[in-house]
Amino acid sequence: MKTLNQKAWFFVLPVLILVAFNALVPLMTVVNYSVQETFGDNLFFWQGLDWFQQVLRSERFHGALGRQALFTITILLIEIPLGVAIALAMPRKGFWVPVCLVLMALPLLIPWNVVGAMWNIFTLPDIGLAGYTINEVLGIEYNMTRSPLAAWITIIVMDVWHWTSLVVLLSYAGIISIPDAYYQAAKIDGASNWAVFRYIQLPKMKRVLTIAVLLRFMDSFNIYTEPFVLTGGGPGNSTTLLSIDLVKTALGQFDLGPAAAMSLIYFAVTLLVSWLFYTIMTKDDAQ
Amino acid sequence: MAEITLDGLRHSYLPNPKKQSDYALKQMDLKWSDGGAYALLGPSGCGKSTLLNIISGLLIPSEGRILFNDQDVTSLAPDERNIAQVFQFPVIYDTMTVYDNLAFPLRNRGIAEDRIEQRVREISTMLELDDMLSQRASGLTPDNKQKISMGRGLVRDDVNVIMFDEPLTVIDPLLKWKLRSKLKELHQKVNVTMIYVTHDQTEALTFADQVVVMQEGEVVQVGTPIELFERPAHTFVGHFIGSPGMNILPCEILDGKALFNQQALELEGPIRADLAASPDSARTEIGIRPEHVSLGKAGDSNTLGGTVRKAVDLGHQNVVEVLVGEHRINAITEGDLPAAGDEVTLHFQPEYTRVYADGWIATEEAKA
Repeated sequence: MKTLNQKAWFFVLPVLILVAFNALVPLMTVVNYSVQETFGDNLFFWQGLDWFQQVLRSERFHGALGRQALFTITILLIEIPLGVAIALAMPRKGFWVPVCLVLMALPLLIPWNVVGAMWNIFTLPDIGLAGYTINEVLGIEYNMTRSPLAAWITIIVMDVWHWTSLVVLLSYAGIISIPDAYYQAAKIDGASNWAVFRYIQLPKMKRVLTIAVLLRFMDSFNIYTEPFVLTGGGPGNSTTLLSIDLVKTALGQFDLGPAAAMSLIYFAVTLLVSWLFYTIMTKDDAQ
Repeated sequence: MAEITLDGLRHSYLPNPKKQSDYALKQMDLKWSDGGAYALLGPSGCGKSTLLNIISGLLIPSEGRILFNDQDVTSLAPDERNIAQVFQFPVIYDTMTVYDNLAFPLRNRGIAEDRIEQRVREISTMLELDDMLSQRASGLTPDNKQKISMGRGLVRDDVNVIMFDEPLTVIDPLLKWKLRSKLKELHQKVNVTMIYVTHDQTEALTFADQVVVMQEGEVVQVGTPIELFERPAHTFVGHFIGSPGMNILPCEILDGKALFNQQALELEGPIRADLAASPDSARTEIGIRPEHVSLGKAGDSNTLGGTVRKAVDLGHQNVVEVLVGEHRINAITEGDLPAAGDEVTLHFQPEYTRVYADGWIATEEAKA
């Protein structure tokens, strides 16, 4: 007979309370707002799923979601291959290893709003180093406060500058954990550099790359601070990503009901994509 | 297939080696004949992996040459040497099937697909991998993974030599034995030169026709397992091979005789003349294996008296440790187990009793 000891629950309790107060309770408030209408004075009116319908049908939401998807896909397509390529090119032993690692870690250490402010000043057409150089020296018209294309290029370059390092560091960790014997065996088998990458390095990096893609997906899909500081969602609403739109709805217009519904949809999309991706990528391991 | 010659090989991992001790591999001159089964035996750090990597081309030696038949391959890259190597930990291409793994070295060399298929099927039958060909290689057990590594070497029909770098490290003890006999069987079938690196004497002695014993970057003896056992050329070999190892007893040389504990012992043959002439020039020891020490009666020739310190019954034989003066001597005996504290007489078989000077054998073999 196994004796059941219920005391174990007490060990779980602190975590439960912590998670409840920092995640579950706030989330439930949002759920509460999403199904009601309020005009202040703590007066609430039941609204059912109206807000959800309204958000899902609104063109403004479609636009923001589309821009968000475009942004995330673009930076993933640039950062993942670029990160892997840089990691492959990095030295694996010797003096330059710590130098490269520190250089790579630097962008990751800068606070997000500082990154936004840095790039804002950096790209100013009249006094920014990049802005001035492109406009006056190269003679290409570039002003991200006027041209949507320039604004898009700027936020993408900024994100690539800020976050490619994360992919590099993760890939690098994957690469250096490959035992020398694999490279030696490949040499003996007469494998080309491409074959070494395709059949040794890439499979061995699969796990860390899965994590890298997941982290980059979640972070970029939820990105707020940097584009907000850099472009404020403009010009017009051309760089208004989901989170910027959400904050505008919630705090700018004080439409708490639609904003709450939008939050939940936003959360569900992030969760669903992450879950799908992770499940597909780890499917082979389970076998 | 090739005869392998190591000619004046030396290697140092330092850029400017000066002293003898800077070399991981000291002077090495060896000839390995085509189709032989060789073992490189020695403790960790003795330079055997260095030597292996030099032969496979993963390392370029500081000095000396390596010849395959008459071709100098010293500076050739591993894939140009046509060799195969099985590593300590199984190296397989995880994402490929077993078939693709075996076909990989041939595909890299641009061989026609129907020829590849024929070779892969041949080798997989030989290695008993037939029913796994379409499986993903990553899910296999370590022994099957090692078979694949071996197979990737065997599929190339022109392979010069297959090298094994402690290939059984990660294999279960039960399967170790199976895979070892499989290896031996394969060697007889394909007749390719094989070099097996290990620190395990059982593996070396069961696999190889010729064992090369190494210590601190030097070859101390090359011989058949029986030669290594019966006439170790160096006290290291005597000590390293055998369990328990050879008894090594300090002795004095006086008038061409070896004295242990003030008593002359009969030897296999005369002591080397230069040592007999100046016995103080080297540290001298008597070496005899426990297998050649037996319990005798007082009054027999070539005996020593001593006290039993401990006796262990191994089932089919006993290991008796006897204290003679302050020295411990192991004897392997059969029959009744003596008790600790018993006074016994040890008999040394003269034909296996030898003198070693500074570790190296210093008696001449008795002429039959």
